[in-house]
Amino acid sequence: MRKAIAICICALVMASVWIAGCKKETIDPGTWQLVSFTVPKGWPQPAYTFDGNKLTYDGFVLGRKLFYDVRLSRDSSISCGSCHQQFASFANLGHDVSHGVANKVGIRNSPGLANMAWHTSFFWDGGVNHLENQPINPIQNPVEMDLPMADVVTRVKMAADYKEMFIRAFGDELVNSQRIFKAMAQFMGTMVSDDSKYDKYSRGEAGGTFTEQELRGLELVRRNCATCHKEPLFSDFSFRNNGLSPVIGVNDSGRAHITHDAADLYKFKVPSLRDVAVTAPYMHDGRIKTLEDVVEHYRTGVAASPTTDAAVAGGINMTDQDKKDIVSFLKTLTDSTFISSKLFAEPAK
Amino acid sequence: MILAAMASLALASCEKKDPPQPDPDPTGTGKVVMEFFNKVGTADLVLNDKAYVNEHGDTFKVSLFKYYISNVKLNGAKGTYTETESYHLLDQADKPNMNFTMSNVPYDTYTSVTLTIGVDSTRNVSGAQTGALDPVKDMFWTWSTGYIMLKLEGSSPKSPATGGTISFHAGGYAGQYATQRTMTLSLPTAITVNDNGENHVHVDADVLRLFKAPTVFDFSALYAINSAGQKAKDLADNYANMLSVSYAGL
Repeated sequence: MRKAIAICICALVMASVWIAGCKKETIDPGTWQLVSFTVPKGWPQPAYTFDGNKLTYDGFVLGRKLFYDVRLSRDSSISCGSCHQQFASFANLGHDVSHGVANKVGIRNSPGLANMAWHTSFFWDGGVNHLENQPINPIQNPVEMDLPMADVVTRVKMAADYKEMFIRAFGDELVNSQRIFKAMAQFMGTMVSDDSKYDKYSRGEAGGTFTEQELRGLELVRRNCATCHKEPLFSDFSFRNNGLSPVIGVNDSGRAHITHDAADLYKFKVPSLRDVAVTAPYMHDGRIKTLEDVVEHYRTGVAASPTTDAAVAGGINMTDQDKKDIVSFLKTLTDSTFISSKLFAEPAK
Repeated sequence: MILAAMASLALASCEKKDPPQPDPDPTGTGKVVMEFFNKVGTADLVLNDKAYVNEHGDTFKVSLFKYYISNVKLNGAKGTYTETESYHLLDQADKPNMNFTMSNVPYDTYTSVTLTIGVDSTRNVSGAQTGALDPVKDMFWTWSTGYIMLKLEGSSPKSPATGGTISFHAGGYAGQYATQRTMTLSLPTAITVNDNGENHVHVDADVLRLFKAPTVFDFSALYAINSAGQKAKDLADNYANMLSVSYAGL
């Protein structure tokens, strides 16, 4: 099995401390662990390469603490992890849209965070161009965490439990937004989901034997869905209108909100299908609750509009059996190693 | 705990041990101080209290005026000096800091300065930044990544917005709607950088020029810009003309 995250436990802690002392290396007084990032075999190069943000165990752990820290919200009620739950591949199970501070709600579904390092843009409209610039958006959004970034920096600076972690991660106790974002990028950028049954099948490993139905589903996905949901990441990260009728009153213009181009009206970023069985509900506004209904949308529910994508316009021909086979295959994309890895879990208090 | 203590000792013992390095060429460089002055026509800009009239004839007041100056270069007889990490946020509300010093300018005679109003596209796509580019400076669009190159806020009786506010945030770094503007300003007198002392360059920014040419701003119709696009581009084409050098010398 190849996992992108490798944990190396070194027994020579004492020696490391002495050597590390003058090199300003990171020091962990417990076990010496190393978090690493590896591009899985056969995958494209990631968009985020940790360039200028050297991945270390201490940077990762700091990022993880920030990700799960409710003090990053105005009333200290929610953290990033509130709407990005590990068991849901860091989506928000059962919520069409998520609850921010004071139970405020937005208009978009909380997406999963698997394989963020390969994403070329962030959010459903792709408004954010870099992984390190992603967290400031939900942190400052009035219907999400609603805290000015300057206040986040102040809170983290004042918090006694962070001081040592910044020294370990960055060499000194300076707290600024750049360090916060870089640490969070170390945590999110290493969230790699590459150990599903489909991956084992692709690598010819034990546990990767597909049933007849799953095989048929894979072939159907390759034939009907691969224009947008391209292997191995199951997205081409483009923006497309998949034929969902705009909701009156919400009128979320999607990508056009960023580009101001009528040709981008109602286009949204193509989501990856990885871990899709655990990230319900579906679509940019969470309007569809089950995978069966998602597939049915592409068969009979595609609304015509000037920007509806040619790949889905008029619907995709599928039999009832095809639908079942596709759903059966989609379930092989769940990476139970990733969604249960202690490395990404909220640390015990 | 013991290990942590040992570690911090080890770290502490390494700090600041390097002896001061002698200047490799003590006769070679001098200081040039760039000082910025926000004006309305020929008068000094005063926030909040003073009313002004734009090209269109609309009365207005200014409550906030800040902008980035980046990628500063001095063009000399022997060569061009390029400031490193050249990003400066100039804020009328923080007048004492509306200047910066370039301290390693090679001895030469300089006749013009090249600079950018705004932030180059590279830094708009390079992830988390710090210093003048820290997003806590409130010059960064979070929902559509990118720096706000220039911000002017205030009020005008002509503005139909609630409270008669005017609010112009110019951003967008790519393609036809890019709002960073690079210009070369000639110095009224050439400056000679040598061991005679530090030179000063006074740059005036005229607020009236923001609303004058090529696009005349009518505050009853155009009173807010808050995203990249044609309006922001129009404002950028105007502010490309807002700077001039009023003084250069010791």
